[in-house]
Amino acid sequence: MHDVAHVAHDDSKGQYFWVWAALLILTAIEVVLGYKQVFTPLRMLEALLILSVIKSALIIGYFMHLKFERALMRWLLVISVTACFVIMYFFFFPDADRIMKYGVR
Amino acid sequence: MADATLEHVAVGHGAPGEFEAPLFGAYSKKVGMWLFLASDSLTFGALLFAFSYNRIYTTPWPTPFHAESIANATVMTACLLSSSLTMVLGVLAAKRGDRAWTRNWLLGTMVFGTAFIVLHGMEWSKLIGEGLAIPGFMTVLGVTQHAASGELADISKNVPQFTQAFFGLTAMHMLHVTIGVIYLGVVAFRKMFLAILGVIWIAAAFLIPAGNVFHYPIHVLGIGLLICAVILFLKPMDYDAHDVEVSGLYWHFVDLVWMFIFPLVYLMSTKVS
Repeated sequence: MHDVAHVAHDDSKGQYFWVWAALLILTAIEVVLGYKQVFTPLRMLEALLILSVIKSALIIGYFMHLKFERALMRWLLVISVTACFVIMYFFFFPDADRIMKYGVR
Repeated sequence: MADATLEHVAVGHGAPGEFEAPLFGAYSKKVGMWLFLASDSLTFGALLFAFSYNRIYTTPWPTPFHAESIANATVMTACLLSSSLTMVLGVLAAKRGDRAWTRNWLLGTMVFGTAFIVLHGMEWSKLIGEGLAIPGFMTVLGVTQHAASGELADISKNVPQFTQAFFGLTAMHMLHVTIGVIYLGVVAFRKMFLAILGVIWIAAAFLIPAGNVFHYPIHVLGIGLLICAVILFLKPMDYDAHDVEVSGLYWHFVDLVWMFIFPLVYLMSTKVS
């Protein structure tokens, strides 16, 4: 149907089961962190977001196969979406930082 | 017609029957889906940023989710993660040309997705029954609220931005999951899925009582049925491994978004008793 060059990669089932298990374990860690409330809310937010970014990287890289796409496609997608999020961050968070320091006024 | 024109151009350039190599080394449907997902990620990104902003802005932020809600949301997360596994196994089966197992894995993915929707719907109904609501909006939907006072009813009155952010974000995600299940159904069963979807829609419309929050939104299935019918009858085709892979990209994205909603919405609002 399409004559498209594919980058050769290991398409064995085993790696997907490992990724799935890793995702479940990371979710369990998140639940324990959230339920035990071992950190302050801000530290908790940072810890949960780091774990979420790791989980999303596993999903995008392995389940969505982006790891095995051409470098041009990989970097163009990641950089453009990340740039948009950084711009959103600049819009939202200076005010949030002000609120955290000085309270709601 | 378009293909013939392109071929003519290619012949004109001395390369009969050959087209320019794709820029990303991927077929156009896949690139199109990636671009759609990039734009959709910005929609969810904006919603999650808005939720986080509300979270910081509002003091004290409500923490209404008891152990039962967290356990429910954890099971929902496990359902979505497992659905991603069955989806990727379906893509592998499609690449092998194994049609039976492709359909089986896609069906498994749909079952996990449906379990997620049902669990989420039950949780919504429970929270609304206990008084959690968007002020004014629930009366538009004709929702019956049993509790006019209590912890969740107080949150709805005093911190409406919590309920707006919670229902807005989770409703948007639930809509995406529903669209995903319908999409996979079309890819797996083609026209046969129209009858299945029609039966589910009619049964749900009769079974969901008038006071329930899903009494009117269930007609999303009817809209989905109409759109699928138009697509399947106007362009009947046999979906191949590429189509399964593209539908898988959408499904994994739905899973990916939940990986941020679950910790931000549920775990950051956990009530420790």
